[in-house]
Amino acid sequence: MYAANFLLLGAVLFSIGVFGVIARRNAVMVLMSIELILNAVNINLIAFALMNDSAEGHVFALYVIAVAAAEVGVGLAMVLMIYRNRRSIALDELSEMRG
Amino acid sequence: MMLAASASTGWFLENAFLIPLIPAIGFAIIIGFGRRLPKGGSEVGIASMALSLAIAIGATVQWIQRVGSVDEGSGEHALGGVFGFARSVFPTATEGGHGGEAYVEPVIRSWTWWQSGSLEFGLGQHIDGLAVMLLLLVAFISLLVQIFSTEYVAGDRRYTHFFAALTLFSAGMLVMVLAENMIQLILGWEIMGLCSFMLIGHWWEEEANSRAALKAFFTVRVGDMGLLVGTAVIFFGANQWAVENGSNGFSIQAISGWAMSGEASTSVLFWGAVALFIACIGKSGQFPLHIWLPDAMAGPTPVSSLLHSSTMVVAGVFLVARLYPVFYTGFDIGGTNVNLIAVIGAITIVIAAALAFVQNDIKKVLAYSTVSQLGYMMLGLGVGAWLPAVFHIFTHAFFKCCLFLAAGSISHSGSHHSFDMKKDMGGLWRKMPITAGSWMISTAALCGVPFFSGFFSKDEIIDNAHNNGYTFFYYVGLVGAAMTAAYMTRATYLTFFGTARGAAAGEHHDEHDAHDTAAHHDDHDADHGAHGADHHDDHHGAHAGPHESPWRITAPLVILAALAIGSGYLNAPAVGTHYFTDWVEPRGAAVELDGYASDEGHSEALGLAALPRAEEGYSEGCGYTDPSPGTVCYAPKLNHAEFSWGKAAPSIILVAFGIGISAWLSLGVFGGRRNPFVGLTRRFAPARWIHTLLVRKYFLDDLYERVIVRSVAHPISKAAYWVNQNILDGVVNGVGKSGRSAGDWVYRNVDQRVVDGAVKASGVVASESGHALQPIQSGRVNQYGALLFGAATVGAILLILLNI
Repeated sequence: MYAANFLLLGAVLFSIGVFGVIARRNAVMVLMSIELILNAVNINLIAFALMNDSAEGHVFALYVIAVAAAEVGVGLAMVLMIYRNRRSIALDELSEMRG
Repeated sequence: MMLAASASTGWFLENAFLIPLIPAIGFAIIIGFGRRLPKGGSEVGIASMALSLAIAIGATVQWIQRVGSVDEGSGEHALGGVFGFARSVFPTATEGGHGGEAYVEPVIRSWTWWQSGSLEFGLGQHIDGLAVMLLLLVAFISLLVQIFSTEYVAGDRRYTHFFAALTLFSAGMLVMVLAENMIQLILGWEIMGLCSFMLIGHWWEEEANSRAALKAFFTVRVGDMGLLVGTAVIFFGANQWAVENGSNGFSIQAISGWAMSGEASTSVLFWGAVALFIACIGKSGQFPLHIWLPDAMAGPTPVSSLLHSSTMVVAGVFLVARLYPVFYTGFDIGGTNVNLIAVIGAITIVIAAALAFVQNDIKKVLAYSTVSQLGYMMLGLGVGAWLPAVFHIFTHAFFKCCLFLAAGSISHSGSHHSFDMKKDMGGLWRKMPITAGSWMISTAALCGVPFFSGFFSKDEIIDNAHNNGYTFFYYVGLVGAAMTAAYMTRATYLTFFGTARGAAAGEHHDEHDAHDTAAHHDDHDADHGAHGADHHDDHHGAHAGPHESPWRITAPLVILAALAIGSGYLNAPAVGTHYFTDWVEPRGAAVELDGYASDEGHSEALGLAALPRAEEGYSEGCGYTDPSPGTVCYAPKLNHAEFSWGKAAPSIILVAFGIGISAWLSLGVFGGRRNPFVGLTRRFAPARWIHTLLVRKYFLDDLYERVIVRSVAHPISKAAYWVNQNILDGVVNGVGKSGRSAGDWVYRNVDQRVVDGAVKASGVVASESGHALQPIQSGRVNQYGALLFGAATVGAILLILLNI
C-alpha cells in the first residue's frame, strides 16, 4: 500500500472542493465544498501519520473534524438568516460588501 | 592570646548609643505629631531627655565600676577587656602599673554606615570618662532647660518647633560626644550648627533676631571649614598607621594612637591641629570669632542657657579634649611654654572679660563671661592642664546655666521681659529671693570664690599653667580671675541691689519701642500677637510688679545652684577629693597592641616589663618617649600640680580685690555715692577712648562687616552683577536669538518641506493605492475564494520550485 494513493485521493478531493468553492452559486454547496477540502486535508494528515507511525496526525485530524463541525454550524446558521432576509441563497447576488 | 577580661562592662555602657538616639526619635515624634499632642510636644521632649538621662546615669555608674575594676585588676597582672564588637580592633591589654595609672579601655562599638571602596564610614560609640561625663552633663542640663522652657515659652506660636529644635540640638551634642570617628563627630557638630541657627532665630519676625542667627551660623561656618580640612589632613596622615592596626584614619582612637606613636609626621600633626583648632575657635567663641556669641542672646533665654553651658560652645573645647594627643604632639604642649591654643585662650579671657564691663544687657554680660570662661578652658588645654579644663566644662555648665536661667527668671517675672540692667532692674533681691540666692551662689562659683565649684576648676587651671612652665599664661589667668570677679559684681549690683528702676519698680511701660532694641532681643513683645489676648491679659494681671517665678522656673534654678557648689567637690584638692581625676582622665599608660605578641616571638618579655613606668617627675612615659614596639599610647601622661593654699592665695586675693573694687565703683557710679571715679570717662580722654573701644567691641564687628565683608563681598557682588548683565545675559540673549533663527529655518525647511511632505505623500500614496485595489474587493465570495486558492497555488508552486 502506497501513501501515494491516499495523497492522490486527497488531491482529487481538494481540487473538487476548490472547484466547488469557486464555481457554485449555492451557498450550501459552497459549504459542502469546504467540507470536501477539509476532509482532503484530513486524509493527507492520516496518511502521513500512518506513514510515519505517529499519533500526532490522528490527533490533528480529530481537531480538524471538530473545527469543521463548528464551522458548518455557524455557516449554515448564516445561510439560514440570509435566506430568511432575501429569499435566496445565490452567492452572486450577495455583493453588498463590495469596497 | 588569652587575656582575662578584668575591665567590667555593662548594659548601659554597651548601649550608650541609645542616649542620642532617644532624643533623635523624640525629635521626629515632636515634629510629626507634636501639634496634636495635648502639651504641644514638650512632654515628648522632656520624656526623651529624662530617658536619656536615666541611661546616662546608668552608664556613669558602670563606668565608675569599670575604672574601679581596672584599678583593682592592674595590681595582679596586665589585663584588658576583650570585646567582641563589630570592630574590636584596638587594645586588649593595660599596663601593669600601680593602682590608678592603668589605662582604662573605652567601650567602643561601631557599625558600618556606608562603604566607599575599602573605606568604611562607621557610626558608633566611644565611651570613656570624658564622653560619660559630657553625656551625663548634656542630658541633665537639657532636661532642666526643657522643664524651664515649658513655663518660659508657654503660649509661643512656635512652641512645638521650639521643643523639636531643642531636642534635636541635644541629640546633636550627644551624637558628637560619643562619636567613634571623625565623620560622626562632624555629623553631630553640624546638627548643632543647624539647630543653633533655628533656635537663635526662633523669633525671626524681628530683623535683629534673624540677623543674629545668620551671624552665628556664618561665623561658626568660617571655623567649620577648619574642621573639614583638619579631618582630611589627619585622615591622610593617620590612615596608613590605622589600617596597619586594623582600623581607619577616621577612628578617634586610631588617630590618638597614631599621634602618640612617634611615627606621625610633625608637620602633618601641626597643620592638622591648626585646622582643627580653627574649627574650635569658631564653635567655642574664641578670639577672633567670638563675635557671634553675644549676638546669639537674641534667642530665647533657655536656648542661651543650653547653648552657653553644656552644648554648642563647649563642642570646640570637647574637640580639643577628645583629640588631645593630636594637639599635644602637634603643638608640642609638653615641651614649650607658648602655643596657639594657650595664646588664643589667653587673649579670649582678657578681651571678653573687658567687654563684659560695658554691657547693659544682663544676658550679654553672661555671654561675654561665657566667652571668657571658654578662654580658660582653652588655656587649660593649651598649657597641658587637660583635667582641670575638662573639670571646668563640668562646673561651668552648672553655674552658667543657673545664671542664664536666673536672668530668664528675672525677665519673666521681675522686669517685664526686659534685659536692660540699667533701665529695668535694681533692688530685685527682696522681690525674688530664690532667683537672687541662686544667682549669688552661681556668681560666687563663677568668680572663683573658695569652696564654690568654680574655684576648684579655675584655680587648678591657673595653678597648672604655672606648674607646667607657662608663666605668662599664669599671670593672664590671674588677671582674668580678677576681671571676672569685678564684672560679675557690677552685674549683681545693678540687678539685685540699689534702687529699683523701670519695670523692676513696678512701672508699666507698653511703649517698648522706646527701648534700645539691642537691649532686649529676647523680648517677648515680638511674640505678643501669638500669645492670644487672654494670655496677654493674664500676663499683665500677674504683672502688678516684680514677683518670684513659678516652680517650673525656680526648681531648675535651685537644683543648679546646689550643683554650682556641690559639683566642685568631685575634684577638690583642698579637701582631698580626686574622683573626677580618677574617673575622667584618660591615663597616659602604654597599651599592648592586639596580636603583636605573635609578631616576632618576643611577647611577655617585652610586653610589660619594658613599658615605661610613670614615676614621680615623669621624665618618661607617653608623650615624653615614644611607646616601645608593640605598645600604643592613647593619651599623653600629664602632670598635675599639687594644691596648696599658698599657691591659691594670689588668685583668692585678686578675686577679693576685684569684687571689692567693683563693688565700690558700682556704689559710686550707679548708687550715687561720690568717689573719684564717677564721671571718669567724661573727664579723662584715654578712659573715654577705652570705653568707646569696649562699647564698639574693639571694632571687630565693624572690621568684619564694613571692611572684610564690604571689601570682599561687595566687589565680588559688583563684579558678579557686571558679569551677569554683560556676559551671562549676552550669552543667554545670543543663545536665545540664534536658537530662534535656527528654529525658523528648521520650521521653514525641515518641518514644512521634509516632514510635512512625507506625511502628505504617504497619505496620497495610500489613497491612490486604495483606489487601484478597489475592484478586487468585489463582495463576491466565490471571487475571494478564487483569489485565495490562486494565491495558495502560486505560493505552493514557488515553494516546490525553490525546494527542488
